[in-house]
Amino acid sequence: MTQSRSLTRWLAMGLIAGVAAVSAAPASAQATLDTVKKRGKILCGVSPVSPGFSYADDKGTRRGFDVDVCRAMSAAIFADPDKVEFVPLNTNVRFQAVQSGEVDVLSRQNTWSFSRDASLGLDFGPVVFYDGQGLMVPTKLNVKSASELADAAICLLPGTTTLQNLEDYFRPKNIKYEAVVFENSDEWRNAFFSGRCDAITSDRSDLASVRAIANNPSEYVVLPETISKEPLAPTVRQNDPNWRDILSWTVYTLIAAEEKGITQANVDEHLKSKDPEIQRMLGVNGDLGQMLGLDNKWGYNVIKSVGNYSELFERNLGPETRLGLSRGPNELWTKGGLLYSPPFR
Amino acid sequence: MRADSMSGTSLLYNLRFRAILYQVLAVGSIVLLGLYLFSNVSQKLAEQNIATGFDYLSREAGFVISQTMIDYKPTDTYARAILAGIVNTVWVSAWSVVLASILGLVVGIARLSSNPLLSLLAFLYVEALRNVPLLLYLFLWYALIVTGLPAVREAWEVLPHVFVSNSGLTVPSLIWTRAHTVIFAALVLGGVLAVAVHRRMTAERIRTGKARTTWPWVAFALLIPPVLAFLILQPEFTVSLPEKGRFRLTGGSQLTPEFTALLVGLALSASAGIAEIVRSGILSVRKGQWEASRALGLRDGLTMRLVVLPQALRVIIPPLTSSYLSLFKNSSLAIAIGYPDLVMVSNTTMNQTGQAIEGIAIFMLVYLGLSIAISLFMNWYNSRVALKER
Repeated sequence: MTQSRSLTRWLAMGLIAGVAAVSAAPASAQATLDTVKKRGKILCGVSPVSPGFSYADDKGTRRGFDVDVCRAMSAAIFADPDKVEFVPLNTNVRFQAVQSGEVDVLSRQNTWSFSRDASLGLDFGPVVFYDGQGLMVPTKLNVKSASELADAAICLLPGTTTLQNLEDYFRPKNIKYEAVVFENSDEWRNAFFSGRCDAITSDRSDLASVRAIANNPSEYVVLPETISKEPLAPTVRQNDPNWRDILSWTVYTLIAAEEKGITQANVDEHLKSKDPEIQRMLGVNGDLGQMLGLDNKWGYNVIKSVGNYSELFERNLGPETRLGLSRGPNELWTKGGLLYSPPFR
Repeated sequence: MRADSMSGTSLLYNLRFRAILYQVLAVGSIVLLGLYLFSNVSQKLAEQNIATGFDYLSREAGFVISQTMIDYKPTDTYARAILAGIVNTVWVSAWSVVLASILGLVVGIARLSSNPLLSLLAFLYVEALRNVPLLLYLFLWYALIVTGLPAVREAWEVLPHVFVSNSGLTVPSLIWTRAHTVIFAALVLGGVLAVAVHRRMTAERIRTGKARTTWPWVAFALLIPPVLAFLILQPEFTVSLPEKGRFRLTGGSQLTPEFTALLVGLALSASAGIAEIVRSGILSVRKGQWEASRALGLRDGLTMRLVVLPQALRVIIPPLTSSYLSLFKNSSLAIAIGYPDLVMVSNTTMNQTGQAIEGIAIFMLVYLGLSIAISLFMNWYNSRVALKER
């Protein structure tokens, strides 16, 4: 008898707890900056392995272009680029990870597109890399243009809009093709290298890294066509405009620093600069930092810690690296590229 | 009845009342928990401005699926794309079940053979296949096909117009028209008729005791409908021959390496388990049944077919159901080697629309529904072969 009575009590308690849980209001969204400061580090979602953008070096330290964007944010907030915990994320879970608050910022070669911006509860920072989907073929096929690929088999990875772009490009040209989709990037590369597919398609920066992995990179050639626009932009949750501003202006600091000729090496000299905009950027004058809820020296800290845009590019992606990419559209607007920072005033 | 038996406290001591109370509480808590989760999810999604609902199913999918069993174009809707994925899943699972059952039966019987070499080989087959994860075997079969066979431009022409390459097996194919479908349906009808005729004549023989040759009548019943349909419709037989194009073989029908690797991987792995189930079933039939059957003068093959297997089936069917179910669910590993099954199509859909919860809900429901269908069918079959207790 006592046993059944205690069982009844448990059930009743469970029921009350259930009702309480349903009626309890969910915790209100706290400002991301406060959460991050309290935690003492930023949680940054990155690619598990993507040469040039995010990879672990032989000592296990994460390096790469996307990684440096998060380190710049860390410098802006904590005056220290290493207060970041990197969370490797697959393409399938990356947006959910931002939405659910598992990461504070996603710096992971994400394409900024209308439907993602409008329907996923996400906000995108400035474009950090202008990419585009390309196609790569073995040199021996003697293909000169994507329009010659009628009836070819094309291998690709899911998790992006790659498949849709391919269809958008080939359908108006009435070109039929066979698309083979792989979940696993090793299987994908092997299928291409072994000739199961005549071509592979992905972002051009990604194709460059596949080519870099091949036994003999000169056996493969990236076709001239860029079949889609892939502006890669870091991503944050939509409900915190201040956090998004911090992201945006950290990226603009990198771009503006290159424009003004400020580098990691000479940033200290620029503290004495007569240029009022440089004075505001570096926190010598004005209170731009405070407007974001940051230290006034945040701009100085960013450049001192990671350098300007050009330094990020050359260190991770440029001609001296394994990827060997040229700046292309990722050049300052003053040099015919697309990089443009709004004014610091 | 004493007065206090109606009071509140003693109602609590009423066993029947308690039993009902517990059930109401248990069901109530589960429903409340479900409601809580659902309302929480909807509220969070709305707060985060994430689109919800199933409206996207009627939008244009805009991506190709390389091999489909139903007509599908990229201009079709997401719903159609998901349907194509479901059909692909069912198609590869169904063939794997057939292949695995045949292999499993043969290997299971071989395992009990009195020939030591044969039983050793069957033993090795079973142990090699069931002790390594299926995913590794899928990678192995796929790698063997893709790296072991020549590229499509150097394809082997094993028979005239039959090509083998790392893009699969390509054979000449008939260009299928509606007339062919009708003739095929007529053939199926003929089959049904033939079975009916055969049964009828067997019953007649048992009733009258007179033996008559049945086969001409059966063959007649089988062939009449398709021949009639053929004569009426006069279909054209156009054959599409595979030819070497610039990149691929064009024309003909193709068995792709992705499908083949998945079929072989699923069927072999499941057949090892089925072989053990068959063995246990056969061993469950008592020795006396064999002896009695031999005493009646039946040969070993007939004993197996007429006496032992029907009894063994009662032990075999229930675990076999589980084998079929796990084979069906394992087909979702297809995505690793590029076969466009339901999971792959759902993934692409989720990535394009960003509506992951709906996508996952759809494919969980489909797997659940089809698994239950398989279970129900197998239970029905099980009750048919079960011991009839009179």
